[in-house]
Formats: sequence, structure tokens, C-alpha cells
Amino acid sequence: MINEIFKQELKVINVGLKSFKQTLDSVNVKAIQVDWHPPMLADSALFEIIKANREAIEKANAKAVANIMKSKPVLIGLDKAIDVIPGMKDNLILHAGPPITWEKMCGPMRGAVIGALIYEGKAASVEEAEKLAGSGEIEYAPCHEHDTVGPMAGIVSASMPVFIIKNEEFGNLAFGTMNEGLGKVLRYGAFSDDVIVRLKWMNDVLYPVLKEAIEQIGRIDLKNIIAQALHMGDELHNRNRAATSLLFRALAPAITRTCQNSENAARVLEFINSNDHFFLNLSMAAAKASLDSARNIKSSSIAVAMARNGVEFGVQLASTGGQWFTGIAPVPDALYFAGFSKENANPDIGDSSITETYGLGGFAIAAAPAIVGFVGGNASDAISYTLQMYEIASAENKSYQIPSLNFRGVPTGIDIIKVIEKNMLPFIDTGVAHKDAGIGQIGAGVLNAPAEPFIRAFEGLAKTFTNKQES
Amino acid sequence: MTKSNVTRGIIKRGEYYDSVSLMKFAGRLKGLPGVIDSAAVMGSEENQKILEAAGLLMDDFAEAADSDLLIAFACEKAEQADKALQAIDALLNSLKETDETNHDILPRTIGDATRVLPGSNLAVISIAGKYAGDEAMNALQAGLHVMLFSDNVPLIKEIELKKYAAHNGLLLMGPDCGTAIINGVPLGFANAVRRGKIGIVAASGTGLQEVSCIIANEGEGVSQAIGTGSRDISGDVGGIMFIEAILALADDPDTEVLLLVSKPPHPDVLDNITLALKNISKPIVAIFLGADIAKLGKYNFEAAESLEEGALKAIALARGKSPVYITEQLKDRENQIIESAKAETKKIASGQKYLRGLFSGGTFGYEAQILLTESILDIYSNAPWGKNHELKNSLKSEKHTLIDMGADEFTVGRLHPMIDFSLRNKRIIEEATDPETAVILLDLVLGYGVVEDALAAITPAIKEAKQIAKANKRYLPIICSVTGTDHDPQSRSEVISGLKELGVIVRESNAAACMLAGYIVKEVGRR
Repeated sequence: MINEIFKQELKVINVGLKSFKQTLDSVNVKAIQVDWHPPMLADSALFEIIKANREAIEKANAKAVANIMKSKPVLIGLDKAIDVIPGMKDNLILHAGPPITWEKMCGPMRGAVIGALIYEGKAASVEEAEKLAGSGEIEYAPCHEHDTVGPMAGIVSASMPVFIIKNEEFGNLAFGTMNEGLGKVLRYGAFSDDVIVRLKWMNDVLYPVLKEAIEQIGRIDLKNIIAQALHMGDELHNRNRAATSLLFRALAPAITRTCQNSENAARVLEFINSNDHFFLNLSMAAAKASLDSARNIKSSSIAVAMARNGVEFGVQLASTGGQWFTGIAPVPDALYFAGFSKENANPDIGDSSITETYGLGGFAIAAAPAIVGFVGGNASDAISYTLQMYEIASAENKSYQIPSLNFRGVPTGIDIIKVIEKNMLPFIDTGVAHKDAGIGQIGAGVLNAPAEPFIRAFEGLAKTFTNKQES
Repeated sequence: MTKSNVTRGIIKRGEYYDSVSLMKFAGRLKGLPGVIDSAAVMGSEENQKILEAAGLLMDDFAEAADSDLLIAFACEKAEQADKALQAIDALLNSLKETDETNHDILPRTIGDATRVLPGSNLAVISIAGKYAGDEAMNALQAGLHVMLFSDNVPLIKEIELKKYAAHNGLLLMGPDCGTAIINGVPLGFANAVRRGKIGIVAASGTGLQEVSCIIANEGEGVSQAIGTGSRDISGDVGGIMFIEAILALADDPDTEVLLLVSKPPHPDVLDNITLALKNISKPIVAIFLGADIAKLGKYNFEAAESLEEGALKAIALARGKSPVYITEQLKDRENQIIESAKAETKKIASGQKYLRGLFSGGTFGYEAQILLTESILDIYSNAPWGKNHELKNSLKSEKHTLIDMGADEFTVGRLHPMIDFSLRNKRIIEEATDPETAVILLDLVLGYGVVEDALAAITPAIKEAKQIAKANKRYLPIICSVTGTDHDPQSRSEVISGLKELGVIVRESNAAACMLAGYIVKEVGRR
């Protein structure tokens, strides 16, 4: 009955002109302002389809995020890519982001492919490598399609050693290379001699030493390290200092026991110690192993991957299998190393946004006050970014807490319906590569994901319902 | 705009501000050195057309989405343009700082807001019409009553919303509902009106403001004032909300008298309204502005010809008196008005012939046409009623002219004339300059949501108009009614005494102001 409201205390939700809210404030009426934005997409028919299936979607999403949060990623070993990564072949090169051909690859990804071909001994020079890369002899595929994630260019070739991460809750595996450090490195598209020399050393020394040590330890609980690192100022994407230190503590005794050559043991420990990002590839693979447990859940609007190949930004959903929803990758706003500027920057690149998809990185930036320089300099800015991400997340992961938010769980499970309805895009921490091959990293910063992949994903989700009705 | 000007523009992707904030921003941008013109709008197709018309459409704006903010401006010199461009971010930020008092994250959707404010029961929606309908439906589905301030909501959406609301026992006030008072709380452009016995249903925003203010100023009060939006009483919508509101007030123990305000409803709708009224034992007053009163005699309500008459009759009934005495009272007043019209006419020069009415409230301009048609035959308007003539150009008065300054041609891309007086002020001066102008007739609407200092806003125009007349050896009467109460943010009695000091003739209602103006031009015409 309409006149029931005449007996109630008026409590008003104001959508639009703020002056109306001010009037209500001035007469002491309880009122709240909605921070309304036009939806990302003005297609009522699509919204109707989603609305009609809301219940099924909510149920599916609850299952998807429960799986993600239940997942227990554990580091169980290392091996050669070709021996463990499903579908890996001698002439296959894995790359970051959605599928892309050699012709369309950006500079840093081409540089990394060139480096990988030289590293594999398939080419003796840059010219030879370039020729081979485009010859058709070499095949390319996204890391994501082979249970793998790679930072920046994300290049993985057959003989490269990779970490093996097991999701103990569901049994699935994920893989990732070892992190080379900052600056001129393969993942940023550098391929000079020193890059190749370092990769060789990683293969010849780092890999066997770590492999043996981990075998001796048995398993290293990555979920536990991530949870602790969040309490120690990491957000596990642009800051991995605490997690790397914790890993170092786990590894050091085992390395000293298993490595007969003390010089090698020392160099391995020094390498890890000097690279604050050593854990990044593990936090990414842990995220990948966890998120893959939410794949193939019908009707779910949760993103299970966000990944960029330096040209396109791709999104995959729990409910749409291997389908990529893509849009043009933006150039990040960044703090640049001396001598570089946005003009030198390549568009966003790398699988590392898997950390945000998992509720870390930009989503957990409130946990990392040491790197707020990337987001405007104030700790309150970082808190505000994380608070905003709760708006598009489906749940809060109690295993991963943010001290400054009173130990609130990180925002987990990006619901792309919320992204569209609220016109609020995921916030991503990132490194920035030079746009030309062979130069490497030139900065680090933050960016919002582009809208287009989410719009496409929203359409793709709606389609799963209409197709069902037709058949 | 001349070609030598430098135009600059930027797209702020995904940044959203409400239209009033953007107009304030554009105003501040224009205040920067060297900036001649400026605009800040969201990137919709309609807005791009506005930019194009203003010569401020940049080439790259074509790729902007609806949710992108477009800022463009013109400068005389390139250096000034560069400086202005650099100042834009700071200006935008200052907009945020004044609007956001705390750092809490505001909910982004109505659904989230209902969780943040438990027990919320009403949504006030004033976003662009193309989105407003969908949000209103979201609000209804969340169990909220809705005041839909936005206009340009498609008719089909309005019908869908109202059917849903009626079925679920909810109010859907609007679209284009400017005013409502629910449980004594002013919503939208409303006035500080005390609570009382009279329940109002209105398909007219300024009509609702006028009657509620008269009721308050006469010492009575309002139980509820429900707006329906003007389209509700059309044949298409069928009076769904008008009738629902009547029934709600009929059942409301605090409402003792019903007062209905609208233009004449569609005949089928009138039938349905009168059917609903049949079983109501409470006294009812109906103002169907422009309807043939004689034909309304058969129904069980008291008909009134003007907003004022209806309000006064409702007051009489609330006091247990017969409304007949109001009719007599108004007759007496008419005689007084005729006397003052004669006195004014003596001071007016021989070439001054015409009435120029400039209204900020749409219903006031409409009521003026109805009330003045008897005494003046040739009325021109941008929104002509009945047999009145349509102006060729809204910007140029002809003979007796009554202008609705809130019509689209004055408000697209601009603030409403109740908030921004600049266009009407300009027009007042233009009319004062015209030697044939005999009387200027104005309304002044006070209350929440409108300009904070109405007197200060209109004073320069009145002063200049009076000066122009004096310099040309003319006497120019300016007649004004003031809609508001003494409890409004701008006290009515203070505004009235300020206007009188400026030499304005202030009448107690729009109807009385129209009558005086009408008799003056009638007398003038007789000479």
C-alpha cells in the first residue's frame, strides 16, 4: 500500500543532482548519495537477459569464488617446460595474454621471442631469429592455454625450467618460469648477450639447485607465504619483497644441505636475495592454479583470467571456457626511469594481472603502503583503490587479509556484471616495457583495465543464456 | 564565434559528474583569463550536437562514449588556451572537494545503497532520462518509492514503471516531477511548508509549489504533496499515478481535504478520476487549469479556475468553511485590483501598449495565458495555449507576449531559469528597452534547489530596466509574484520587501499578478 510510507521515517537514496541530497541533509533527513555512473553499455535487452538469469548467475558465482578461495596452491618442484607443460612442443613458444601472431606482436614480445630462439640455439643471430620467428616453423600460443602464466612478454620456450605449482584442493597444476630480476631482461623484450648469459646460468645453476632443494623440502605452501606477505607490506604484484624474503627463509637451509658446491649455493641465494621480484612468478602461478579451479562453471560471471599481450587486453570467464574477450591494451600511467617517458612505453603487457584477478596486486594495494608512489603518493589513495575494488568483487578472501583495513579479506572474484553496471574497471599494478625490442623495463605504474573486453565478456555471458533457450 | 579563436578540447575517459556540477565547472572555466566560451558535457550524441552548435565540437570527440566527459573551450589566444588547459584538472578537483565531505566510498548502485542505508524507502532520481527509467525500475524492484525528477524518459517506460509501481503499492512520481513533499520532507524543488490537513496531488511542479506555499502562508499545512509528472493525466498513461495518489490520500488519516492540480485531463482519464473520487467522503478541490469550469459542476468536487483559488478553497474547507466565501472574497479583490490598474495606467506613456510576461515556472506562464485570455485577445507565446499565437522566434516578443523561460529552447545545455537567472535577466532588459512595453510580468520561485539568493540574482536586471525606462521618460511597472514561504532558505517576506524597495509591484499570487497586469494593458488599450 502506498500510504504505508506516510507512517515511516523517510530514508532517501539520491541518484543524480547532489543539491537534492544537500537539501535533505539541511532538514535532517537520512539520505545517501549514489555515486552513479552511466553503465558501461546501454543495451537494455542484454541487461534483461542477465536480470532474468540472476539467480543462476549468483549461484554459479558463489561456487566459483568458493573454489577460488578454497584452493591451496603449493610449490612442488621444477622441471623443463617440455617435460611438464601440457601440449608443450619443441617448436612452440608460449606468450602472455590472448592469442597473437608474430606479425602483430609488439616490440618487447618480439624481442623476447628473438631472445628465446637464441637461447634455445635455434638461431645464432638476431636476424636469423627474426627470420625463423616469422617463417611459420615456430608456433605461438598463450601461456594461459597451457596452464602457465608469464610476466610481461611471458615467453616460455621448450627447454626453459619452470616452477610446478599444485592446487592441492583440486589437484590441478600451474607453471611459471623463474624471475630474472629487473631492468634488461627477456620478459621485457631484451635479448642482448648478458640476458642470454643470465638465462643460461639460471638453467645451469639456479634450476638444479632449486629443484633439489624443493625436492628435499617436499612442498612450499604458497598460500601461506602470500597471506604473511600481505601482512608485511606486499601486494604480490609490484611489491614482492616480503614474499621473496619468506621464500628465501624456506629455501636457504635446504639449499645449503642439498647443494654440494658452496659457491653455487651462495650465488643462488644471492640471486634470490637481490631480486625483490623473485616471488612474482610464484604469486602469479599460485593465482593461476587457484583461478583455474573456477573454470567451466556454467552461468558464472566471474573472471578467471585477465591477460595482456602488449597489443590486446583479454578476459576469460568461468562460464565461457577458453574464449577470449579482448580489446585494445592501454598504455599505463607510470613512474618512469630517468630518460624515459610515456612516449617510449609499450601498451600494457603480461599475464601478471592474474594477481588482480585473484584479489592481489591492485586489488590489495591498501596492504602495500611502501609503493603508494605509484598511485598518487598517499596511503589513503591506496586504501581508496582497494575499497573501490570491493564494489566489483564477488567475495572477500579471509585467507588474505589487509591489516590497514582492519584485516578485511582481499576483494576476490571480479564479477563482470558489476564491472558493467557500476562502470568501474579493475585496477591493475604493472611494470612498463619499452615499446622497442631489446631495451627492457622503463617504469612501473598503475592503470584501469580497458572497458571493451568486459563489454564483450558481458555480451558473451548473455549469449550463453540465449543459446541455451534456442537449442 | 570568429575563426581567429583557438578552440581546445579534451576527453576524460570514464569520468562522470552530474549535469549541474558540469555547468558550474564550465562557468568556472569560462571565468579564466581569455576564455570566451566553454562547455563540459558527458559524451552522448545529444550533447555532442550541443557542442557542435556552440562551435566547440573537437574532431576526436567522435570516438568518445556516453560515459566519457568532454571538455571544450574557445580562447582568443593560444597562450591563454594552453594555460586554461593546464587549469582544468585543478578545477575538476575543486568540484570534487566541495561535493565530497568524507572519504567513504559511496555506493555505486541503488542496490548497494539499500544495504548501506537500511530501511531506505524512497529513491530520488535525477540522472539523464535515457538511464533514469532503468534506474527507477531498479529502485521499484528494490521496494523503494520513487521520485523521478528526470525528463526525457520514454512514454512506454513511464507506463511500464507506473503499472509496476501501482501493482506493488509504490509511488512513482514523475518522470519530470520537479516537486513533492512526503512526510513534510521537501523533495526536488520544494518549499518549507508546514504539515497540516491538506493532501495535494499534482501533475504540475510549479502548480504544486504555488498551492502549497499559499496554504502555508495562510497558516494551514500540507499532509502530503504528491507529484505525478505532467504526462500522467494523458490518455496514454491513463492517470495511473494520479488515481493511486488520490486513493492513498483518501485512506490517509492525516489528510482531511484533497487538492488536485493539473491541466485538464484526457476525457477518459477524467472519467476514471471522477469515478475514483465518487466514493471519497473527504472534501475535494480540483484545479484543472484551462478546463471549462461550468462542465465540472456535476462532480463531487469544488472546481477552481486558478491555483490561488483552489488553494484558498482547500483552506476554507480545511477550516470547515464554505468555499463560496472565497469566490466572494476574490470578487472584492478584483475590484481593488482594477482600481490600482487605473492608477498605474495614468503613469504610463502613450506609446506603451503591450504586456511582456517572462516566467521561470512553466505552469505560471500557462496559467497566465488562461487567466489573461479573457481580457487580452492577441497573446503570443513560445508555448501557446488555446487560440493564442505561437511566437515566430522565442527570443523576440510580439505584441502581448508570455514566455515560458523553462522551455527546451532556453534550457538545452543550460541550467533551469530558477537556478540561473542570466537569460531571463537579459530578456527583462530587452523588454524594458522596447518603447511599446507597458508592463513586465514576472514570477519568482523560492525554496530548496533553486538559486540561493534570488533577490540578489534579479536585482541588477530590475534596476537596469527601471533606469532604461526613466532615461527614456517612461514609467514601466514591473509586477511580480513570489512563490515561497518565510521558512524557505530565502525568506519570502525579505525577498518581497527587497523587491518593493526596487519599485516592483509584488502581488500575493501569480493569479493576482496576472490580473493586475491584464487590467493595466486593458486600460492602456482603452486610451
